[in-house]
Amino acid sequence: MSAISVSATQDAWGPRLGAFTEACAIPVIALVIAFVLFGVFIAAQGHDPFDVYATIYRGAFGSWFSVQNSLLRAAPIMLTALCTALPARAGFVVIGAEGAVVLGGLAAALTGIALNGAMPLFVITVMLLVGMVVGGVWIGAVGALKHYRGVNETISSLLLNYIAIAILNFLVFGMLKDPATLNKPSTFPIGDDNMIGVIGESSIHWGFVLALILCVSYWFVSRRTPFGFSLDIVGGNVRAAQVCGLPVGRLLVIACFLGGAAAGLAGAIEVAAIHGRANISLNAGYGYAGILVAFLARQNPLAIIPVAFLLGGIRASSGVLQRAHDLPDATVLVLQGLVFVCILASEMFYGRWQWFPAKAAVP
Amino acid sequence: MKRRTLLKGFATAGAVTAMGGFSVGRVFADEKVKMGFIYVGPRDDYGYNQSHFEGKSAVAKMNWVKAVDEENVPENIEAVKSMESMINLDGAQVLFPTSFGYFDPHILKTASKYPNVMFLHCGGLWDAKKHPKNVGSYFGYIDEAVYLSGIVAGHTSKTGKLGFIAAMPIPQVLRNINNFTLAARSVNPKITTTVVFTGGWANPVKEAEAANSMVDQGIDVLTCHVDSPKVVMETAEKRGVFSCGYHTNQAVLAPIRFLTGAEWNWSKVYSDYADMIKAKRPIPNLVRGGFKEGLVKSSPYGAVVSEKARKHADDVRAKFVAGNMIIYRGPIKDNKGKEVIAAGKEVGQTDISLESMDWLVEGVVGSTKG
Amino acid sequence: MMEEGASALGIFLAVLGGAIRVGTPFLFVSLGECLTERSGRINLGLEGSLLMGAMTGYAVSLLSGNPWLGVAAAGGAGLVLGFIHALLCQQPKINDIAVGIAMMIFATGLAFYFGKSFIQPVAPRLPSLDLGAWSTSPVVRAALDINILFLIGVALAPFMAWFFKYTRLGMVVRTVGESAESSRAMGFNVNRVRMLSTMAGGFLASIGGSYLSLYYPGSWNEGLSTGQGLMAVALVIFARWNPVYCLYASLLFGGAAALGPALQSVGITWGYYLFGAAPYVLTLAIMIATSSAQRRLAGMPNELSRIT
Repeated sequence: MSAISVSATQDAWGPRLGAFTEACAIPVIALVIAFVLFGVFIAAQGHDPFDVYATIYRGAFGSWFSVQNSLLRAAPIMLTALCTALPARAGFVVIGAEGAVVLGGLAAALTGIALNGAMPLFVITVMLLVGMVVGGVWIGAVGALKHYRGVNETISSLLLNYIAIAILNFLVFGMLKDPATLNKPSTFPIGDDNMIGVIGESSIHWGFVLALILCVSYWFVSRRTPFGFSLDIVGGNVRAAQVCGLPVGRLLVIACFLGGAAAGLAGAIEVAAIHGRANISLNAGYGYAGILVAFLARQNPLAIIPVAFLLGGIRASSGVLQRAHDLPDATVLVLQGLVFVCILASEMFYGRWQWFPAKAAVP
Repeated sequence: MKRRTLLKGFATAGAVTAMGGFSVGRVFADEKVKMGFIYVGPRDDYGYNQSHFEGKSAVAKMNWVKAVDEENVPENIEAVKSMESMINLDGAQVLFPTSFGYFDPHILKTASKYPNVMFLHCGGLWDAKKHPKNVGSYFGYIDEAVYLSGIVAGHTSKTGKLGFIAAMPIPQVLRNINNFTLAARSVNPKITTTVVFTGGWANPVKEAEAANSMVDQGIDVLTCHVDSPKVVMETAEKRGVFSCGYHTNQAVLAPIRFLTGAEWNWSKVYSDYADMIKAKRPIPNLVRGGFKEGLVKSSPYGAVVSEKARKHADDVRAKFVAGNMIIYRGPIKDNKGKEVIAAGKEVGQTDISLESMDWLVEGVVGSTKG
Repeated sequence: MMEEGASALGIFLAVLGGAIRVGTPFLFVSLGECLTERSGRINLGLEGSLLMGAMTGYAVSLLSGNPWLGVAAAGGAGLVLGFIHALLCQQPKINDIAVGIAMMIFATGLAFYFGKSFIQPVAPRLPSLDLGAWSTSPVVRAALDINILFLIGVALAPFMAWFFKYTRLGMVVRTVGESAESSRAMGFNVNRVRMLSTMAGGFLASIGGSYLSLYYPGSWNEGLSTGQGLMAVALVIFARWNPVYCLYASLLFGGAAALGPALQSVGITWGYYLFGAAPYVLTLAIMIATSSAQRRLAGMPNELSRIT
């Protein structure tokens, strides 16, 4: 009896451990290959690749300062990645996080200005919620346009990015401009009291924690709730979902709303933790970085966290690379491209090898 | 000897030098002066960022200076981290974050965290009451050089229509547009300047479109205030109209019809600061200067510029150098007919009110409203 | 305001000229993407191909002294990038869109990295054809002062439509785009067809890039593209995968982009940020007006729905 139960546990553990090892080993091998290729590229330019590796490590993860730097850069990208990842479960390719960041940030700033004087915790909470709702409605509209009008979601979300940026510019240069912001037109400030602070002695603001929480809860929603399962069915086959009686339209709009809410929150955090007002700096390309992170994480909200951290780290090393080796800033773009191409290419190796041959399972 | 004269020049440069000043700590005689530069765009954009990079390269040549820089740093947390990284990893004693958008809140916040480091910002308005002591601001009255461009343009234009391609209606830009127009109208009061705002600091296609549209409308002198004037200069040459440069010398881009241009002279500013730090002299918090202090210059005249125009422009430059040139002499009306500077009132170059200008002078076709 | 009529005509001509000048890169990228997507593959990385083409074209023109050699080199760069994209995408489990974005970053990085030394020098530019020589009006002449690449693009659009409809090869591409399974049953090599279509798509996109650096606006720097490559991908959907519609869409988009500066240059100064967004609003409005929830987008290759 006991022998059987042992082999049964091994049966259950073997594949799981195998899958986990695979999920870790393949990207790591891909990463190594990317760095070798990058080293060849760097060496061809007459730099010592090992020196450059050391600098990248120092700039990205080598000290507490560098780690904080990488984490801070990862925070908004984690949220914008969710904007692509959640609708993607329903087979939707949304690339509109940039617009949701911009408008979420603008709405949060206006809320902060309007509520100025109230209790800071209350103001911050409402700001973040308004940012989320505005971002959610913006991307939710993409889902609604798709479902009710058949407008392709990729194109509409891309167009909405440009439109959102134009709206921000129009308002910030026009009626919402704080006359004191001379050469960089911005809204009025939300006030120092209403800014999100940092965690203890670190330089990491609480927005990072919110991003973590959102990643975990979106993972829970998409993997552990009927809503998540329904999304997967819609993503698998819309007709089948309709036959099953699932409210496809509502599911799509909700998924888009949740995705947009995450991006809107990213904008609100940018305003509440970094800028203190809304201006064109909100348009920093976080939305586009998020698309890549979402796909690399295979639309898994938990996997988004390490991927965003990796991207944040590579970006954080840019400055030191420029200063220590006189390399142009485009060097990290080349590295980013190589890393992501290699990790993507490595996906084809999933399931090719048996990491833990199930010998023990043979009775 | 050379340094001495430079220092003397700088002392006079402190036209609006605030009291006090700030001494940079952690300087030892045997150590290099460590300076960090941050640009918002690429180092070689033929424009604003390149002008600062040229300044940095000039100080970097001195063997007692160590200058590091970073390009394409956006105006958000990344700017903060770049500053901190330069301080922590390279031991930078003085930082020059050169884009306007770095100032509030990024520089102000970082400066209160690192009280031993000096943060010198290009273009911002340092306020002794509100801002940390280790923050300062420097800027050149490049509008003086733009004024000279306007004189040359006024003499050269045959149609009496000038064109100005601008990024966005902010005070620094509006002041340049106004100077250009006032100068041209001092030559011929019928001249108008048409403005096209592209809405962004770098948008080559829109800049080229704006240039083409303006030439179609009969405009025969083009100038601009965008990050990289390259496209405007080249389009003007191609369409057979004259051009005035901005930020750096662009004569080579329009070999036939380039008139002159307004240029920064940051190498002077940066070497002066380096000297001050080396000599442990207090650094003024607010530095402004134009032709007189050598902070700006004009590109050499192109071959097409007439003798009369050269003479006129040279005379005005002499007045700027002598310090008795006043551009904003009332009465001045804006282009909606409202009097913005009353008759008899003189607003000098150093007057801070000119740095928050939000109107366009009579003769400008365009609007400050987005 | 005294010359109201002349101004209206001026704006029209400026917008027409702008449609041609600004629209040409859109035309090349969207035709390239159209071909790629017709074979059942999406390449979201054409922005990178465009920039790489712009840089390579400018660099080779400078080094060789011949701008046409630059255009050819740009095309070569596009072929290589298309090849890598296709090679990756034909592996199992790999998502086209993700590869596209990763390739976009990689190619942009390469273009900026190697492009540093080519920002300052002035390279020989492509010549233009003075098709308005008959007119005495400088405005008309300016609008009709066009580059031969535009004419090639204009000819290419109906040619591509004809190719899809009437040639055997074109039908193979379409069949592969409609159903990989039945193509295989018919004995076509699906991967090879898609590989060639993607390479040709990259080729065209890079030619579009070389137009930017070698003709209009005619200079190389890092801010050269403001998303033309990304937007062209949207234009293909807008054009319903029809090459001739790609031509119309590109001209519409170019003209809309020229509208803002043209209006300001005649003194209409209101709301230029909103005019700047005009092309996007217009495209979205037309999409909303012409789409339908009842049917799949007309013209959409069936295989594309598997990718997204």
